[in-house]
Amino acid sequence: MTLQRVKGIPVALEGDRAVAEAMRQMNPDVVAAYPITPQTEVVMRFSDFVASGKVDTEFIPVESEHASMSACIGAAAAGGRVQTASSGAGIALMWEVLWVASGSRLPIVMHVVNRSLSAPLNIHCDHSDSMGMRDAGWVQLYDEDVQEAYDNAIQCVRIAEHPDVLLPTIHALDGFILGHSVERLELLPDEAVRDFIGTYTPAYPLLDVEHPVNYGPMDLQDYFFEHKRQQAEGMVNALDVVAQVSAEYGELSGRPHGLLEEYKMDDADYVAVLLGSTVGTAKTAVDELRQRGVKAGVLKVRCFRPFPAEAVAKALGGRKAIAVLDRSISFGAQVNPLCLEVISALYTHGYAPRVINFVYGMGGRDTVPAQIIDIFEEIMRIDREGEAGPPLRFFGVRE
Amino acid sequence: MARKPVDMISISSLPNLKSWRDIPIGGVITDVGNSVEYETGGWRSFRPIWDWERCVDCKVCWAYCPDGSIKLRDGRVAGIDLHHCKGCGICAAECPHGAIKMIEETKAQAEDKAKT
Repeated sequence: MTLQRVKGIPVALEGDRAVAEAMRQMNPDVVAAYPITPQTEVVMRFSDFVASGKVDTEFIPVESEHASMSACIGAAAAGGRVQTASSGAGIALMWEVLWVASGSRLPIVMHVVNRSLSAPLNIHCDHSDSMGMRDAGWVQLYDEDVQEAYDNAIQCVRIAEHPDVLLPTIHALDGFILGHSVERLELLPDEAVRDFIGTYTPAYPLLDVEHPVNYGPMDLQDYFFEHKRQQAEGMVNALDVVAQVSAEYGELSGRPHGLLEEYKMDDADYVAVLLGSTVGTAKTAVDELRQRGVKAGVLKVRCFRPFPAEAVAKALGGRKAIAVLDRSISFGAQVNPLCLEVISALYTHGYAPRVINFVYGMGGRDTVPAQIIDIFEEIMRIDREGEAGPPLRFFGVRE
Repeated sequence: MARKPVDMISISSLPNLKSWRDIPIGGVITDVGNSVEYETGGWRSFRPIWDWERCVDCKVCWAYCPDGSIKLRDGRVAGIDLHHCKGCGICAAECPHGAIKMIEETKAQAEDKAKT
């Protein structure tokens, strides 16, 4: 089915408000949330829509994030279309129930506004929160800009609710950098969003009293493993579903976001791989390097869970040197979450280019195009001199 | 004679258990009321003994039993379902007429054995 392209409505909004607008247009059955910087404005704006009758969502203000995710689980098991939003410590407090949501195969959508994890206390952006939940069985998309935060928010619902997936899904936007920054974007008309997400038919709604079911029973040595195997299959299936939903959304909006985006990659010898808002910074750096005659490119990872390993390997195999930029630290790991995936993808597909992992931007430390150029110059030097040095570098920190 | 370790059978290959492809997702149970099939009587360390001569059929035990293990027949108490009773002793504690007492399961089993 080909969707008719609709005319967008240009607006200027902060990332948080753009997400709240998407939520208004989607009109979920239930939203249960607890405020935390820098997500607060998402829920604050959305609760305005509830109070003014612009949505007919049941809004549940709860006492903590453990409670918000628990309320979401109950509402989703009942058969509702359910959403929430959180950041940093809020997601950490949800940790136990994040697994209950995915293990119970409840297609909850969470809008994540990335924030670092304490201590020391910091409210600004890094990816410790969403990378901390990367094994919890949630599909994960990362937003490059406010437009994509809006677009991904809408697509999450279709991905999560797809019968081959039925997994909770997040999209993550960088706190403050996107969350609190005004950018120009185009909204879809309300009815286009409604038609795109369609109606939701839950698989096993508790409110269907004609077909009673039991959620969350004890599951021991005889069947627990089979249920985890099913969950792994749902995540495998999500790869095609993300691609398909993104293609349909592209037809509707004129903005086809893939699993990956290859920027000036055709002939690139040197590539930066990253996700989130710094992708835009890296594109600016690559434009500058191209003017200097350097064959540089950017590989943006939009879909991190499931990880599109084959596509990543194909995009990166045969390059001279690769810099993978991580905005979180897996303490004690050889390299950090994104780089681990990239190296695994390359190795399992028979490629062995030079890969260096750069940790950047922890706690909202700013990262500017000149620094990305420094990173490219470092991997060019390594390629030229053949001396790699340590595979893990902390970049933009005072030594 | 002890079985050799290489001959041991894993639970993954038991023929009466289903594949992950053949069960509802998420651990959801769709055939309701199947707790009857799960006999929890083996968990019991104390057994309730019902004295029908003291019982006045008030059914307080039936109302309090968390496992539905008080049997009724024609609206009257008819004994205890020992296949499901976990031996919690709530019935004995709540009975207003002292018609249920708890004895150690091992002793009850020894008595059963002596009778047969």
